[in-house]
Amino acid sequence: MNLVAATTSVPGAWYLAVAAVLFTIGAVGLLSRRNVLVMFMCVELMLNAVNLTFVTFARMLDDIGGQVLVFFTLVVAAAEVVVGLAIIVSIFRGRVEGATADSANILKG
Amino acid sequence: MLELVWLIPALPLLGFLILVFGGKRIGEPNAGRLGAAMVGASFLVTVGVFFDLLSRHGEQRSFTRVLFTWLPSGGLKVNAAILADPLSITMALFVTGIGTLIHIYAIGYMHGDERFARFFVYMNLFVFSMLALILGDSFLTMFLGWEGVGACSYLLISFWFERDSAASAGKKAFVVNRVGDFGLMMAMFLIFSKAGSLTYANVFEFAKAGSFTRTAATAACLLLFVGAIGKSAQLPLYVWLPDAMEGPTPVSALIHAATMVTAGVYLMVRIHPLFLVASPNALHVVAWVGALTALFAATIACAQDDIKRVLAYSTMSQLGYMFLAVGVGANTAAIFHMVTHAFFKALMFLGAGSVIHGMHDEQNIKKMGNLRKWMPITFITYLVGWLAIAGIPPFAGFWSKDDILLAAYRDNKVLWLMALFTAILTAYYMSRQFFLVFFGKERFLHDAQTVAAIGPNDAHVRDHPHESPPTMWLPLVALAGLALVGGAINLPFNAKTEFLGKWLESVDLGGRPILAGGALKYGLAAVTVVLGLVGVAIAYNFWLRTNDARAQAALEPALLQRAYGVDGLYSAVIETPGRLLSAWLAFVFDRKIIDGAVNGLGLVVRFAGGKLRKLQTGYVRNYALGIAGGMVLLLAYALARAGIQ
Amino acid sequence: MVDWIVFVVGAVIAIAGALGVLAAKQPVHSAVLLVMTLFGVAVLFVSQEAHFLAAVQVIVYAGAIVVLFLFVIMLLGVDRSEDVRVETLKAQRQIAAVLGVLALAELVALSRFHFVLGTKSVAGAASEPGANVELIGKSVFTRYLYPFEITSVLLVIAVIGAVVLSRRIRTSEDVR
Repeated sequence: MNLVAATTSVPGAWYLAVAAVLFTIGAVGLLSRRNVLVMFMCVELMLNAVNLTFVTFARMLDDIGGQVLVFFTLVVAAAEVVVGLAIIVSIFRGRVEGATADSANILKG
Repeated sequence: MLELVWLIPALPLLGFLILVFGGKRIGEPNAGRLGAAMVGASFLVTVGVFFDLLSRHGEQRSFTRVLFTWLPSGGLKVNAAILADPLSITMALFVTGIGTLIHIYAIGYMHGDERFARFFVYMNLFVFSMLALILGDSFLTMFLGWEGVGACSYLLISFWFERDSAASAGKKAFVVNRVGDFGLMMAMFLIFSKAGSLTYANVFEFAKAGSFTRTAATAACLLLFVGAIGKSAQLPLYVWLPDAMEGPTPVSALIHAATMVTAGVYLMVRIHPLFLVASPNALHVVAWVGALTALFAATIACAQDDIKRVLAYSTMSQLGYMFLAVGVGANTAAIFHMVTHAFFKALMFLGAGSVIHGMHDEQNIKKMGNLRKWMPITFITYLVGWLAIAGIPPFAGFWSKDDILLAAYRDNKVLWLMALFTAILTAYYMSRQFFLVFFGKERFLHDAQTVAAIGPNDAHVRDHPHESPPTMWLPLVALAGLALVGGAINLPFNAKTEFLGKWLESVDLGGRPILAGGALKYGLAAVTVVLGLVGVAIAYNFWLRTNDARAQAALEPALLQRAYGVDGLYSAVIETPGRLLSAWLAFVFDRKIIDGAVNGLGLVVRFAGGKLRKLQTGYVRNYALGIAGGMVLLLAYALARAGIQ
Repeated sequence: MVDWIVFVVGAVIAIAGALGVLAAKQPVHSAVLLVMTLFGVAVLFVSQEAHFLAAVQVIVYAGAIVVLFLFVIMLLGVDRSEDVRVETLKAQRQIAAVLGVLALAELVALSRFHFVLGTKSVAGAASEPGANVELIGKSVFTRYLYPFEITSVLLVIAVIGAVVLSRRIRTSEDVR
């Protein structure tokens, strides 16, 4: 991998690997946890992994565009969290059984 | 003035558009006045164009004005163009002229109808379509008008659609006309495939160059004739015309006497150059169909009781005369008779409408009588129409009918005899109707017993027949004047007095002179007049003088009253098998096979859906699993691509 | 050498935090451990010269988003934790594990490949003279002005959406 910026001597591929691990943990968490809030946090984990990938590529390819994209991802993530949490609150407010994703299954076929 | 020729169809179209959107708001009687004014203005423009053309000579008399390209489609390029030549302008003159009179008449006749404005919507659309038919410069523009008048005819026949009979009469007219239209369309396809154009000028040029094979030209002519048969109510597609009398009387007068039904004759005259290259048998077919229809319809007319049905069969019979004229090569005579017939038949229909109006919607001539006392103006005008159709000189009908008989005599003696016999019948049945309606006893007056039965306040008892309002009798007077002197447009004394013949010369009509030798000519004319008088005399003897019920019954055999049972025959041969077939299709084929296929498909889908719904667990995490699986697959794809490079 | 130490520290913090989010019984713990991951990622950002993003990461994510999470946890009740050891859906965990392993393998494998690259983005080089904030600011307000303005609309919509969604629907009983 070509390494233009002399900021760090660690090759970009390592960063990408870390991002891959973070992403996988997030994905597995999303699939295996039942608490909607934790699932949501796992989504955030995956988003962070992607952000890390973007920044790494920005360094590797010497292109500020990657970082600008992360900036937009952050904004969208913020909006997503706000709306997502509002939905969660409106669904699970007052429920005794707790905020688990499995308790919302009225779309069962 | 010629440049303004587009105004002729545009004005009725404008009237149609105004009335269709604002007719209800304009209301009675202004909607009628507007409609009449539009057609009247169109008539004035036509007169202007007529005089403009009259001042020109030879080739100059044919003028084509292209408005826009209507259908630019590959090899087919059709212009919306107007062809103003003596033939089309002659047609346009009487269509708009008589159309105006009938519009004025209808203002009175349709008074109080709840759909007053809509009536004029249809009427204006009809006049527009008819003008498109006759002024179009190609078969396709003609066809546009042809279908337009067909649609208007349907709308107007079933104008009082609350009556079942009117609704089904409209349908009948439409369906029967479709049969003819099929022939017309086939003819157009054939002509286009051969000549590569549908414009008259190109097609006739092509025909003159001898590029049509004789077979193709014959086929085209006969197919066009099939269309003409349907529109002009000739054998065997005439069955719609008598039923069309269900429409309001102005409609009967305008469409089913004066204009639309003449479209077939116009078409035959227009395509004369095609007939020239076709086999002579094509014209023989036309002549024989015409003569047979003339005779056939005339016999039926002798036994009808409905005042309008008599006139309807009479119209068929007169149209038969016109086709006979075309068939024996006397196109000028055909046009001449078309014009005079338009005058006197419109007159008689409007007169009949006036009688019906005055009699409070009574149409049975057996229940009328001595109306000359109650309706003097209608009586006088009807008298003129009667004499005109009976062929008594100097009324219009005499001159034109005589021309046709003369041409038939020269061409084929059998046809001439048939036409001559038809002339006697015509004089007879019209006299019968005339005497029954205007002379004799007042059969509508009830004796004291009946009055007691139905009550003294019943409309039939209380109201005597009355003369119609001026909007109705003024057109009658105008038409009576035309029927009286209309023959003057083509007096057969010498070449100078044949105005119509000279006027039409520039259009290629074949130009076989009708003039025979002087003595023979006057002799034949005398024969027709005498025979016409004989017909009148017979009617006078049986229906007015002796008034013998037995003899009268003998003159009205049931076979003729039922119009030879052709309707029954058609229903047995065409309608019943059609019904059976559609019943089979609906109850067996559709229910069992089509529905079976659809239901089977539905069952398959339902079964599959039942299985597939199990996939929808409702658990978000299950769905996420699907997304994750898709992600893994996509990553594998990306990996494979990256690996390849 | 220092680079490697920074990288490993950042990576370990991030991955450990992530594993913690995944394994913690209480959602509150998950939230706190999420903050740890976010800090680790911020370290990795800094080591790659993305100073501005590192700062925003800490401020927006750790400062705002996680706090929001904590609020919601309190709102819905902290005591309601799930039993992490029990999986109610059949084969869910097994499949998740398989898919996780596959995805990880694929991603790591992909990170080793040389990618086919198109043209460079128009945003400009990351190594241009000037601070990182300056570079991002220039791009955002020139080249990416419209997307930037649209994100502001998005945020407004999100705010309104949150207000609408979390509003208690008034029933006729409430009115009485």
